[in-house]
Amino acid sequence: MTNSALTADTGAPRLSMRTRRALWVWGFLALPLLFYGVIRFYPTLDAFWLSLTNANPGNLRRGPEFIWFDNYLRLFTSRDFWQVFRNTFAYLILGTPISLVLSFIVAYYLDKLRFGHTFLRALYFLPFLTTASAMGWVWRWFYQPAPTGIINSALGAMGIPGLDFLRSTTWALPSIMVTAIWAGLGFQIIIFMAGLRAIPHSYYEAARIDGLGEGAILRRITLPLLKPTTVFLVVFSSIGFLRIFDQVYNMTTNDPGGPLGSTKPLVLLIYQTAFQSYQMGYASAMTVVLFTVLLVISLLQLWILRDRG
Amino acid sequence: MSAADIAPPLPKGRVRPGRILTWTLVFIGGVIMITPILFMFSTSLKTSGQIYDLRLIPARPTLDNYIKVLADGRFLRWFLNSTLVAVCVTASSVFFDSLVGYTLAKFRFRGRMFVFIAILSTLMIPTEMLVIPWYLMSAQFGWLDSYWGIMFPGMMTAFGTFLMKQFFETVPDDFLEAARIDGLNEFTIWWKVAMPLVTPAISALAIFAFLGNWTAFFWPLIVTTSKELYTLPVGLTSFAVEQSIQWEMIMTGAALATIPTLVVFLALQRFIVRGVMLAGLKG
Repeated sequence: MTNSALTADTGAPRLSMRTRRALWVWGFLALPLLFYGVIRFYPTLDAFWLSLTNANPGNLRRGPEFIWFDNYLRLFTSRDFWQVFRNTFAYLILGTPISLVLSFIVAYYLDKLRFGHTFLRALYFLPFLTTASAMGWVWRWFYQPAPTGIINSALGAMGIPGLDFLRSTTWALPSIMVTAIWAGLGFQIIIFMAGLRAIPHSYYEAARIDGLGEGAILRRITLPLLKPTTVFLVVFSSIGFLRIFDQVYNMTTNDPGGPLGSTKPLVLLIYQTAFQSYQMGYASAMTVVLFTVLLVISLLQLWILRDRG
Repeated sequence: MSAADIAPPLPKGRVRPGRILTWTLVFIGGVIMITPILFMFSTSLKTSGQIYDLRLIPARPTLDNYIKVLADGRFLRWFLNSTLVAVCVTASSVFFDSLVGYTLAKFRFRGRMFVFIAILSTLMIPTEMLVIPWYLMSAQFGWLDSYWGIMFPGMMTAFGTFLMKQFFETVPDDFLEAARIDGLNEFTIWWKVAMPLVTPAISALAIFAFLGNWTAFFWPLIVTTSKELYTLPVGLTSFAVEQSIQWEMIMTGAALATIPTLVVFLALQRFIVRGVMLAGLKG
């Protein structure tokens, strides 16, 4: 009697405890799973599907027509698309190395300085906290022809002929890229400094005892041990440049992506195609291309950097 | 650091640039970095007649531009919109990302790895790919041009979930078991016992979410059409376009969009930098 009562007493709660915990788990996850399903996975599949249709706001109720790979064919034979593709990679290929080298140099030296460290760090970090649309306009003003623009006025004062930065098909893209590098530099410096801090001091001491100079320490200890940080920043910065939009849009509002499309990145073309000419199927095909490029680049960079050293 | 300072100069090493030189160069670089911000403020204090005078300190500084820009109340409205959106989205993503991160870190249940990988895989999907379906979905549900329309995409994030999972894994199970023996329910254990143990991670996530949403441009630009619903970055763009070449007005608008984050930063610098380091390294 007492025995069975005891087992019932301890047995039942143990079973129900497990179910109760499972109930808690799925209770916690219910809303998030719904969210990820509806706001992330369904739209992803929808984007792939839309890219095979001629969807536009007019034919959505009736259901857009399935047109196989017509959007992709149109895309890959479009001169505009290839120009935009080239521009996007120009931002990436110039922007990523320049911003990485600059931020590493600053982080490397800033890390050694104690006097006024917080103050110096704040100077570099501040731009990261600004709004791209606000600072896009500030830089746009900087780039104006003399007497308005500061850069051209300064060049003029030194007797150097000015440049029509944002109105030149050659210089507009690098000019906008400088703005983007400037905006992201602070973040990269902070991450590099965190990476530098994570290297144990004993390594440096051992290297000094072995008689290695500063340059050798940098090459043989700092850089190899910093690899995970570098990999992260290369990927992070590349993805940022491939998705560049805010700066370009704000610095070229009178002719978005101009002059003559020379600064237009892929995301701006997607924006114009989807939300100004409302060709949503065609624009979806572009987003699928962007997705593929981002995927390939992340995998490629991880692979390359993992193999080395 | 101290080791580097004390270490005697090495005979083989190249001449090391003096500390003072390094400091000066780093300082000059830093000044160049904030030059655009300084000139933005400087010009916002000038009259339209003075803007060709490129001195950093205005000859006769005036707040007239600010009064003019703030007079019609648009900037205040945009500021409030941005604040509302950023606060709601941050609160939601901190709450849910922590909850999901905790569940994945501290419970063993069937389908755990599947849920984790499914959420993590959404990191590979760029927002740009989702905006067209989001837009069509919003059109269908009547979410276009509404606060909820601006907010819904960021209510939970895979990045935050991953970050919080990493941190909850460092919380010892004993703490949670002790709370269970005390008869606390699982929600209370998470909220009252586990959450206080990961406050650095929470603040890091909150800072990231807030900054990201405060400065967000692409999706608010797409989803809002009426000026009353613009967020500050989108509103600023429309304002600047409308001002055409009145640079002192544009700089005033840009300054107004920048001041809130600068104030927050100056107040919480240590916190923010640590948060960025944490999130960057763990995430």
